[in-house]
Amino acid sequence: MAGMVEVKNLTKYYGNFLAIEDVSFEVKRGEIVGFLGPNGAGKTTTMRIITGFLPPTYGTAAVAGYDLVDKSRQARSHIGYLPETVPLYLDMTVEGYLAFMGAIRGMKPNRIKTRIGEVIDACRLGDYRRTHIGKLSKGFRQRVGIAQAVLHEPDVLVLDEPTIGIDPIQVVETRQLIKDLSGSHTVILSTHILPEVSMLCNRVLIINEGLIVAEDTPKELGNKLQGVERLEVEIQGPRTEALEALQKIRGVIEVTCSTNGDSDRNVYKIQARRGLDLRPTVSRTVISNGWSLLNLQLVSMSLEEIFLKLTTDEEINV
Amino acid sequence: MRNTATIAWKEIKGYFTSPVAYVVALMFVALTGYFFVRSVDSILTGANFPEASLRGLMRQISIFILPWLAPVLTMRLLAEEQKIGTIELLLTSPVRDWEVVLGKFIASMTFFLAALAMTLWYVLMLEWRGNPEMGPLLSGYLGIILYGGAAMSVGLLASSLTSNQIVAAVTSLGLLVLLTFLEVGADQVTGVASTIVGQLGMTTHFDDFVRGVVDTSNVVYYLSLMAVFLFLTVRSLETRRWR
Ligand SMILES: Nc1ncnc2c1ncn2[C@@H]1O[C@H](COP(=O)(O)OP(=O)(O)O)[C@@H](O)[C@H]1O
Ligand SMILES: [Mg+2]
Repeated sequence: MAGMVEVKNLTKYYGNFLAIEDVSFEVKRGEIVGFLGPNGAGKTTTMRIITGFLPPTYGTAAVAGYDLVDKSRQARSHIGYLPETVPLYLDMTVEGYLAFMGAIRGMKPNRIKTRIGEVIDACRLGDYRRTHIGKLSKGFRQRVGIAQAVLHEPDVLVLDEPTIGIDPIQVVETRQLIKDLSGSHTVILSTHILPEVSMLCNRVLIINEGLIVAEDTPKELGNKLQGVERLEVEIQGPRTEALEALQKIRGVIEVTCSTNGDSDRNVYKIQARRGLDLRPTVSRTVISNGWSLLNLQLVSMSLEEIFLKLTTDEEINV
Repeated sequence: MRNTATIAWKEIKGYFTSPVAYVVALMFVALTGYFFVRSVDSILTGANFPEASLRGLMRQISIFILPWLAPVLTMRLLAEEQKIGTIELLLTSPVRDWEVVLGKFIASMTFFLAALAMTLWYVLMLEWRGNPEMGPLLSGYLGIILYGGAAMSVGLLASSLTSNQIVAAVTSLGLLVLLTFLEVGADQVTGVASTIVGQLGMTTHFDDFVRGVVDTSNVVYYLSLMAVFLFLTVRSLETRRWR
């Protein structure tokens, strides 16, 4: 079997509103993939399609080889899902709720019993087995939500913003819990919090306004995010000296020139510390050296703009 | 089938832990008790029962109790799932939509049957003081169970259409009052229209049962009503899924 989750050209319209467009990706067995994007990017929509709650307008999604539309029930039986809102029956006890969820997932009574014991231990809910869910704090409800998602040991675990709306200590605990539980599962996790993906995921898909705009390892993304401004400048003048002069400007991290030295009209790419606008200094340097400034512009990276909309700071989120 | 049973059992337990259900059961007992005493009020004078049957009681349950009992018992069943979002977990588990609907229907019927079982006490009293005919008693119970099933399925459809329990209850109350009084409405029009309107009414098909006649067409009427409304409920869940 290729991937545990295969998503091809998913497009979803709500009425005339285009929520996601041509989303394609694949998740291999055992991978933990982060779905990172600002609010309204289309994360929940994508997850609802993968879990069979919503049908796509175009495109296909398959889990464990079963199409979510044609073989919906088989596909769904391989999924554990924690929706963004953590829906729970507040008038049931933790144990009663888990037993119900196990039963509708088709588990055998004996296995339900053993697994309830195991997930209650894993999610540290031992003291609350017979507590009504309505009496639990948000953080504990989150644990109950996670417990039901992993109860039947699904092949694929889908977690929609699992740390949203709970206090910072519980966020840390919840992440640890996901990390512990993710071991054997294939996990798709959505978040709008940047540090969360680096903590939990092997791979990150970045979604913005319904489109997947990048796919990478968290480490590479981190490098791309290192706060830099990019400038492109075209100069008529000697190449080596120009490179040297540009490098000396305060705040410049790196200068590269892609054209070779034959011509004296060259384009230089400058990386500078974030927050500095080097355009005045660069133009003055060029002029004072007696060279001609042919072009000078800031290069805006679309990925960085998206990052600006993400929550990079934990404090903002809570 | 196991899924249906699981869902039914969850809702049945839900009824017995909900104060609303106890209030409803209490009102059912009080009202049926009152109707029963009225229909045999010579019990107060100690004379033999003039009419040893539950005819009056069954009619009154159908007209005065089920139109509010069914909405109250069903309003929560699907509306609440949609309000708190648990419908998302229910519909993403490997359960078929009709299993969900049937499970909820069975739960509401179980509660209704449990309430109805309390009227068996009146049968005992009839046996004790009079000499009731068994046939009309049995057919009367069959009739009211079918009538109740139809009423519950109407309520379930209303509950699937909204996430607000009150809206669900008012909708099914409206529908049931309409279906109950179609027979009266039929008298206002003439000819074929009168027949059609009359035949659609829920009360039209009920009298035979309390008189001891089990007519297939009447049984088919109530079963069709149930099938149609349960089917519409399943479709309504599906369109929610497909929206
Ligand atoms: N049921 C719906 N009807 C109409 N628009 C919706 C619906 N659900 C989501 N949307 C819109 O689709 C876009 C994507 O939403 P969503 O998938 O929830 O994003 P995210 O989970 O990334 O915040 C948003 O602009 C949202 O307003
Ligand atoms: Mg979301």
